[in-house]
Amino acid sequence: MSKKLNVIGTPIPKIDAGIRITGKAVYGQDVKLPGMLHGAILRAEYPCAEFTIDVSAARKLPGVIAVITADDIDCNNISYKKDHPILKKGEVNCIRDEIAAVAAESKEIAERAIKLIKVKYKEKKGIYDPFDALKPNAPLVNKYLKDSKFAKNISDIFFYEHGNLEEQKKKSAVIISKRFVLPRVTHCCMATSNITADYSSVTKRLTLYSSTQVPFLYQRDMAHALKMNASDIRVIQVVIGGGFGSKLDMYPFEPIAAILSIKTGKPVQIIFDREEEFIASPTRQNMVIDLIAGADKNGKFTFRDVTIVKDNGAFTSWGATTPFVMMQTFSSLYQMPACRFESKAVYTNNISAGSFRGYGNPQAAFAIESCIDLMADKLGMDKAEIRLLNANYAGEITGQGMHYDTCGHIEALKTVIEKSDLRNTNKETLRNTNKYESTNKEKETVNTDSYIRKNPYFVDNVDRYKRGVGIASMMHVGGGAKIYRSDGCGTTLKLDDYGHLTLITGSSEIGQGSETVLAMMASEELTIPMNKIKVINTDTDVKPWDVGVHASRTSFVAGNSVLGAVKKLKEKLNQKAAVLLKCTIENLIYENEEIKNSDGSNSVRIEKVVREMHFGGQNELCTVNHFYEPTSDFQDKQFKGNVSGTYAFAAQSAEVEVDTYTGNIKVLNIHVAQDVGKVLNPLNIMGQIEGGVLTGVGYGISEELIMENGRVLNPNFHNYKMLTASDVPDIHFYPIETNDSLGPYGAKGMAEAPLIPTAAAIANAVADAIGVRIYSLPITPEKVLKAIKEKTD
Amino acid sequence: MSKKKKLVVQNVEVTFILNGKKVTKQIRPSLLLIDFIRDELSLAGTKPGCLEGECGACSVLIDGAAVNSCMYLAINIHGKNLTTIEGLSDVNGLDPVQDSMIKHGAVQCGFCSSGMTMSIKSMQIKYKKDKKKPSKEEIKKGLEGNLCRCTGYVKIIEAAEAVINKVK
Repeated sequence: MSKKLNVIGTPIPKIDAGIRITGKAVYGQDVKLPGMLHGAILRAEYPCAEFTIDVSAARKLPGVIAVITADDIDCNNISYKKDHPILKKGEVNCIRDEIAAVAAESKEIAERAIKLIKVKYKEKKGIYDPFDALKPNAPLVNKYLKDSKFAKNISDIFFYEHGNLEEQKKKSAVIISKRFVLPRVTHCCMATSNITADYSSVTKRLTLYSSTQVPFLYQRDMAHALKMNASDIRVIQVVIGGGFGSKLDMYPFEPIAAILSIKTGKPVQIIFDREEEFIASPTRQNMVIDLIAGADKNGKFTFRDVTIVKDNGAFTSWGATTPFVMMQTFSSLYQMPACRFESKAVYTNNISAGSFRGYGNPQAAFAIESCIDLMADKLGMDKAEIRLLNANYAGEITGQGMHYDTCGHIEALKTVIEKSDLRNTNKETLRNTNKYESTNKEKETVNTDSYIRKNPYFVDNVDRYKRGVGIASMMHVGGGAKIYRSDGCGTTLKLDDYGHLTLITGSSEIGQGSETVLAMMASEELTIPMNKIKVINTDTDVKPWDVGVHASRTSFVAGNSVLGAVKKLKEKLNQKAAVLLKCTIENLIYENEEIKNSDGSNSVRIEKVVREMHFGGQNELCTVNHFYEPTSDFQDKQFKGNVSGTYAFAAQSAEVEVDTYTGNIKVLNIHVAQDVGKVLNPLNIMGQIEGGVLTGVGYGISEELIMENGRVLNPNFHNYKMLTASDVPDIHFYPIETNDSLGPYGAKGMAEAPLIPTAAAIANAVADAIGVRIYSLPITPEKVLKAIKEKTD
Repeated sequence: MSKKKKLVVQNVEVTFILNGKKVTKQIRPSLLLIDFIRDELSLAGTKPGCLEGECGACSVLIDGAAVNSCMYLAINIHGKNLTTIEGLSDVNGLDPVQDSMIKHGAVQCGFCSSGMTMSIKSMQIKYKKDKKKPSKEEIKKGLEGNLCRCTGYVKIIEAAEAVINKVK
């Protein structure tokens, strides 16, 4: 793509930032409809119990319009495996279980009614460890899963292999076998889960004001749950206050609001409070990964043998398919002659896991990259060298059948190796971040390092702070992922009589900036300025089909869809313009909202062409539709095939300082080198990089949703440690532009990638700093101190 | 059976400045400021993120200082100057803080943005009054009470630094 770009590649602020920064954006919390009722849900008091329920007192409370239990509804089970009843009857299997719901005239009345519901529980012994659930004598956790071909308490199994494992084992000079334990973390969307359902008993249609990331799958799921026709359900996406994968599934509160609206004939709104959000919204899969990995005497990787047990919780979500993505990383991140992968998603009485930005790959990266450092140590090899030796390369077809037509892995690794202090030249120096302005008049800068060194009181501090550097890589789908029957996206373009463009896209804006980047593409091609382009993307009755926001696919898939639509629009415009300009249709030039003939001697404004089409004898509107389906393949039953249009690669390095007295880790620098294909908007891309990295840092050192016997112990921001502005390391980004031939302007999907290798790189950096490795995340001060103590003992 | 005395809670009259205009309202003494702002004043730009004083999404300015409106009783607004996000911009345009947030790419999903903006505004007012230029660390410290999941805070810190210290 050699043509000069005027819009693409420039730092244009998000076009929807203005409404969001002035308080005008309507989030789910802000929806108010005439006569709207407020819904509330009663959840289980015990994670595993039988129960009887009496709602009569709640029904009598003035202001209560409807109370429902499982006995009052006739619905299909929901979820990816249809193993999740909307309201539970007679028994509960996790602490988030919905057992009754109320619609009332106010929030306060709804909450009071919930308290009036009498429930008698007979507690049962639950299973909170997936390994216990796999034991032969374990009780059955989920009795709703139908036609399972798997053993008891297993929701899903993924098995994959390529190459000759035994042969590769024989070739190996070093084999590392380790167990990695990954925590349960959650999305922490700043807006809690919300839904407003509005059913009309006249039209028999249901309108949902929803924060879903996948409006068309959601419409279909809702129709199945309620036994309705999907076309009678209109999904209007409110402004979404954070997604990150949490809204990839429909959860019971959504059909509950719909049922309450159907029963009352009034709009019903349900908004989670923050504690409910921590308990009843999904989590990232916590899992145990057993990884055996080998390398030959030169450091060439030989094989990976992976066994994973994932805690599914009591019900199954799309998140159960994370192994589909993880296996790609195990089989194909770095050149890999042989791989065997097996994962089980196991039911427990814990809260349910879902999908989360990165989709299993942060977990996979942690295991793989820790093992690589261990192998390098055993072989006496440099940690950078062993990675470069095995890095993926352009033109590689992996054992799993993925085609790396463009690949920036080597360049990404080289970049972070060069930029970070991997050779540890500064390892022995004290913290240089601790400079401060002294209070005396000279305003001289005092370096705490020299102060500490000179002061005998601090003499032991020289050994107190240990620095380390670690690197990690990642590979992720970058051109959609063919999981659903179609991975496509539709676009409708409407050019009006005044030369303004309405871009109707099937894709969704969840804060990531898709509206802006799609408008930029149209602006680039048609030379219509950004302020004359309107993006419509929130209404299933209006917008064409799209599979949803996931798999970092929107810029690639929706972008290609826009470019396809623009091409059709130009064909239409060109025909009329050629007549008006009295020239041939070939080589027309678009410039400054005008169409020019090939030598630029004659021109006509685009809006004039539209009006001539509309009001001239032709009487036609300047409107086009286009549907783009990526050229990727469905994988076969053995999970082999080119599943994505393209693949994204990245390497990150982390520089940390560990306080060996307190165990605290300070992340100083994260260097990010990522193959993004092409930078479409440098401002937006930095936002995605920085946001992803910090979530990755949190995954590495601070975040964990702690559960004990099925109960969440820290369902609030006070005890669930999301990082704050003070925790932000210096994040350095080096984009690598490989210009993928299939991507719009060469771009690849990039938004999940930045959080994937961060925790893995931090773990390697901590091991480098303190000389002992920690095999579970997050790497908390307690774990650091324990590890140091065990090492010295 | 003794006759239960019905507890009658008297509404309280409060007079205060709301986004530059004097307002008088009758309110329940137990009403939280966030509910007063969102439900009774119909100003939805103040966001409910946690309702327990941890996330800062509901920050507003009271006499120029950022306060979590979920931790503040509405009756205490009497005699004070309340500014919500709606009061920052007017028909003439955006407040420089809002402008800086947009230009630096500090707004993603936007749910934290009102609160972030208020915290930055509060710092701007304070440092202007003290005639001081805060360090980057001081700015980060000032934003600690506002959580954001989208941005990783970098662009928000940059936006704050630029508008408070008038750099770039």
